[in-house]
Amino acid sequence: MIKALRSRLLIVVFAACAASAFAAGTARYTDSGPEPLLAGVFEQIEANKWEAALRQTEDLLTAYPNFRLGNLIKGDLLLARSKPLKTFGEGASGGQQDKVADLREEAVARLKAYKSKPTADYVPRYLLQMERDQKFAIVVDTQKARLYVYQNDKGTPRFVADYYISHGKLGSEKLKEGDKKTPIGVYHVTSSLPRQKLTDFYGSGAFPINYPNEWDKRHGRNGHGIWLHGTPSDTFSRPPKASDGCVVLANQDLDALSKNLQIGLTPVIISNSIEWLSLDDWQAERQSLLSMIDEWRRDWESRDTDRYARHYSAKFQADSQGLQAWIEQKRKVNAGKSWIKVATGDISMFRNPGKEEYVVVTFDQDYKSSNLSNQMKKRQYWIKEDGRWKIIYEGAA
Amino acid sequence: MLKFRDFPCRKTLLAIAFAGCAGLSLVSLPARADNLQDSQRFLKQGQHAQALEQVDKYLAGKPKDAQGRFLKGLILTEMGKTNDAIVIFTKLTEDYPELPEPYNNLAVIYAQQKQYDKAKQALEMAIRTHPSYATAHENLGDIYARLASQAYDKALQLDKGNASAQSKLAMIRDIMSTSGTTGRPGARPVVTKPAAAVAPVAEAKQAETRPIAAPEVKPAATVPVAAVAPVATPVAPATPVAEAKPAPEAKIAVEARPAATGGDANAEITKAVSAWAAAWSKKDVKGYLSHYAKDFKTPGGESRSAWEAERQKRIAKPGAIQVSFDNLRITLDGADRATARFRQHYKSASLKTSSNKVLEMVKRDGKWLIQQEKIGT
Repeated sequence: MIKALRSRLLIVVFAACAASAFAAGTARYTDSGPEPLLAGVFEQIEANKWEAALRQTEDLLTAYPNFRLGNLIKGDLLLARSKPLKTFGEGASGGQQDKVADLREEAVARLKAYKSKPTADYVPRYLLQMERDQKFAIVVDTQKARLYVYQNDKGTPRFVADYYISHGKLGSEKLKEGDKKTPIGVYHVTSSLPRQKLTDFYGSGAFPINYPNEWDKRHGRNGHGIWLHGTPSDTFSRPPKASDGCVVLANQDLDALSKNLQIGLTPVIISNSIEWLSLDDWQAERQSLLSMIDEWRRDWESRDTDRYARHYSAKFQADSQGLQAWIEQKRKVNAGKSWIKVATGDISMFRNPGKEEYVVVTFDQDYKSSNLSNQMKKRQYWIKEDGRWKIIYEGAA
Repeated sequence: MLKFRDFPCRKTLLAIAFAGCAGLSLVSLPARADNLQDSQRFLKQGQHAQALEQVDKYLAGKPKDAQGRFLKGLILTEMGKTNDAIVIFTKLTEDYPELPEPYNNLAVIYAQQKQYDKAKQALEMAIRTHPSYATAHENLGDIYARLASQAYDKALQLDKGNASAQSKLAMIRDIMSTSGTTGRPGARPVVTKPAAAVAPVAEAKQAETRPIAAPEVKPAATVPVAAVAPVATPVAPATPVAEAKPAPEAKIAVEARPAATGGDANAEITKAVSAWAAAWSKKDVKGYLSHYAKDFKTPGGESRSAWEAERQKRIAKPGAIQVSFDNLRITLDGADRATARFRQHYKSASLKTSSNKVLEMVKRDGKWLIQQEKIGT
């Protein structure tokens, strides 16, 4: 009977933890959360060391008293002493099976993430280039229920920490108001809402992000109030799929994260499943786009509007202008100039996660010409069309 | 899951408290026990004040007496003076650490107060003194179930506060309401003979065949308990009792004896013990009883026929029984006396236990028979 319990618990938890892309290689652990203790508990169960498993569960609950998953495992371990267990969360009453299923998902998500920490030589594909002042970038993997923090090390993202998160009850790829989904895309935090201004539900604070962004609006996506926020005071963590679309962290994790968040600046990239690139591949992809941006800059300086127009997609749209209007206006403006100088500085490039292959490029543009000069922060969306990077949106950032 | 209706302790509480009233064999009845008997009668009738008065009179003459103090603890418990009862039972555990009952009753009171961790500790102590003490195992299983329930409630955010309060009251009524109705023949006269080796045997019997009031609460004698109670650890924690081999295949480690005749006798005794366990497993009552000598010392001092009837009733209960043993050690004492010590694994539909058993054996007409059966350490 004991074997039965063990195998159930293990099947439930470890079956999902098959070797990941990161099983080998040097992982750098932050291990600030409950995962190491949780993994320890399951190791003891695996080794049939029930007393030790219970003891470690008690330790886990001393550190995280409101950790529901920990309490569930404790219940199982205690119940296993008085009756054979057939399943995870056996002692939960009949009407609670959905909650048990949620906690099982949380266990799987936490252990999976713990066993597959990213290694130093792989980075999320989305972080092509961070701008100088962006000290950190956030990348979320909804399927893994994980949020990764990267530090900007002279342009190269360095893994700093990762945290368990919850996302939308009905998953991701938000389309419209009230669909209880989390948006997928490149966003940034727009403000900070302190605990005092919020109900207990949001825990230790909240950081709204700019959903819907230009791309979302353009595709008719709506809704609002997508935040990163904490958990109620009686809850350490919520199930992987629990929110109305927000990204929810444990309060202690949100507190740690908030130290690294720069309002209006820190990118928050939310993906279904992070694509990882080796540093070499990442470097190559980055260079190819950087050189394309530079070609665009030089072609603009050339005042040859046709050369310049090559960089724009047929589907280009900026404000209400389509490609034709945009190019014609440029042609008119260029005609009245004897020279143009364009400098781009402090470029950031973030690739959109998921199906839509575009990169959000932001930079300081220093435009000088024979009759007009201006400086601005510019944002462009580049997409790949027939193997070539093209601009599909352009405007002030 | 958490029903108090069959909280098993009452059996123990009552069995001990009323053994005297029921006219059962009090092995060493105190010379002047009128006050004690009166007290027991008053308690049975629910006249707590009078019961307390009588037991205090009794204890005035014998302040150290375990039975009197135990009874006073019961009376105080029923009067709701739980803190006083705790003091009495705690002191009893200090003065008579070998008695499991005070620990058990302490645990019951702690459980009433929802101090499940303390209750657990007390029960673990009871089991440490008597690894096969079935009531303690059963209660411990109940405590685990309740601790588990608390954990589940936290995990699933349930508020069962009121329900728990009600079941607590129900338990107290339970102890009261069944007064005197469950005194079972052959119950352990532990209090009257605190240090006697007889007591554990009675417990062993109970452990083997104890009727389980609440079938859904299985005793916790499965693996984890072994890890809880150090004394019980001879059960390898990683080896579920379920895997214990049936008797005929049991591994037998026979201690080599220097005596020249040892070899034959050892083989004979090994065979006898195996046959005894096999008969028990097969529920062959006649065969099982044939292993006991005519002058077998019944555990409770009851008559041979009463004991046989009891065994017959229990062994014949529905459901398979599996009895096996290992680590058999035989000590010969002359040509026709021997002591067989082993680890006994018992499994029935409702119970699994492992305990150390000692059989005092005698050779009669060429056959090794059991003269006394005890729980060993």
